Amino acid sequence: MSEITESRRGEVALRGLSKSFALNGQRLNVLRDINLDVAGGEALAIVGPSGCGKTTLLRILAGLEVPESGEVRIDGAPTSGVGRERAIIFQEPRLLPWLTVLQNVAFGQSVRGASQEKSEARARHYIELVGLSGFINAFPRQLSGGMAQRVGIARALTVQPEILLLDEPFGALDAMTKLTMQEELARIWAEEKVTMLLVTHDLEEAAFLADRVLVLPLEKGAQPRVINIDLPRPRARSSAKFVALRSRLMAEFGLH
Amino acid sequence: MSIQSLDLPQARALNLPRAYPALRSIASRYGLLAGFLALWQVAATTGLVNPTVFPPLDTIASALIEALAKGRLWGDIAISLQRSGIAFAAAVSLGVPLGLLMGQIRPIERALDPILQFFRQTSALALYPVFILLLGLGETSKVFVIFWATLFPILLATIGGVKEVDRKLIEMAHAFGAARIVIFTRVVLPAAVPAIFVGLRLSATTALLLLIAAEMIGANSGLGFQVMNAQYNFEIPLMFAAIFLLAFLGLAANALLIAAQRRLCRWSDINA
Repeated sequence: MSEITESRRGEVALRGLSKSFALNGQRLNVLRDINLDVAGGEALAIVGPSGCGKTTLLRILAGLEVPESGEVRIDGAPTSGVGRERAIIFQEPRLLPWLTVLQNVAFGQSVRGASQEKSEARARHYIELVGLSGFINAFPRQLSGGMAQRVGIARALTVQPEILLLDEPFGALDAMTKLTMQEELARIWAEEKVTMLLVTHDLEEAAFLADRVLVLPLEKGAQPRVINIDLPRPRARSSAKFVALRSRLMAEFGLH
Repeated sequence: MSIQSLDLPQARALNLPRAYPALRSIASRYGLLAGFLALWQVAATTGLVNPTVFPPLDTIASALIEALAKGRLWGDIAISLQRSGIAFAAAVSLGVPLGLLMGQIRPIERALDPILQFFRQTSALALYPVFILLLGLGETSKVFVIFWATLFPILLATIGGVKEVDRKLIEMAHAFGAARIVIFTRVVLPAAVPAIFVGLRLSATTALLLLIAAEMIGANSGLGFQVMNAQYNFEIPLMFAAIFLLAFLGLAANALLIAAQRRLCRWSDINA
């Protein structure tokens, strides 16, 4: 996979990004004038209370929604719509029930026009990376929630994106599976060297995975804040520094 | 360890004869039907019901075998299959593509839906005289009235199937850069297949129902005609023989479609 890593950058810049929705005839500002730079290969977590627009922000980044004003620049160039340099992992796995694990993982590649052998060969590699080699011919209904989500992760990785977008990817998983998946994601991110933008409502998850955390405020007058997580990797959840950082993050939300 | 004791009941169950659960499942599924047929046979032979109206099953069976051996019903079976087969094939080849189009493209559905609802609410049999006036008393009007009634179940099921495809799957494909036509062939179409099969099965049943009605009203051949004709001539066992043949045709059509669906939809559990 080295031929692509050479030219890969994955820088994201948000410039004056705003979005509002009409709700009962009233305009509701969801995002107001967001400016942010994310370096290539960085892991950024986006957190905030419900309704702060974090999922909307990610959907704009994915090209699934259009901002009212402002723009998303990737590697310096303005973008609109979906793009080959980005891949998204949804909260639900969103697997096609009539395809096997292998076909599901190859799906993203094959709809972009890659040949079956090429996309399946690459799919096998990423299925192995997420630890599902034994389930290559299983159908989605035969998988547990955590396994299905791994398939979704492998599918996104198979298109070899510069930027990986994750929308509360472990939100629907049980606590134990969630911890395992967070550790796997940290490992995969380190191996693949992609830019990772992760929406989450789990502050510990943000502290565990991210280089920086973007905190979106609920009150639209307030400015978003960025908190640096300068902890060595791999991170230990029980280390004093980690615990201190997590408390600081929680304090942002008035939790102690 | 205590966990091992949990395995015991399962191990014991394995010692039972293999056929036992299969037998039980057959009994629970077909027991009532067998009971009904047994009751019929006993009631008819003991004179509990009038055996000239409800002949015993063995009399019906021998009438059927005799008629088939003399070559009496074969032509009727063939013509009935031809009429319903042509009508069903025409309904499917119009209904499925039209349904896919209507389910996928909103303006087309908006324009066609009112007229579709209007036609659907008009009984095909009420229109049969109109079809006879337009198409004559021959095969065409019979096939057309069956086609007319058969079209709506498959058309409506296809539209519904396409419209109910999970939006999240479509969005996923879009996010991975799939073009609209690719989303249609790789996501919408496979997702709609189970609903289309429900429509096919409903349509097959409708085709046979309308076949009988059309053959009773204006035909001189076919199984529906034979039912009426046998009744006129008071050949009651033959009448029942024709009715059982029709029921068998319906069951066979349904079984064929279920087998096809199983092949196509291995990924989903079908509870026929």
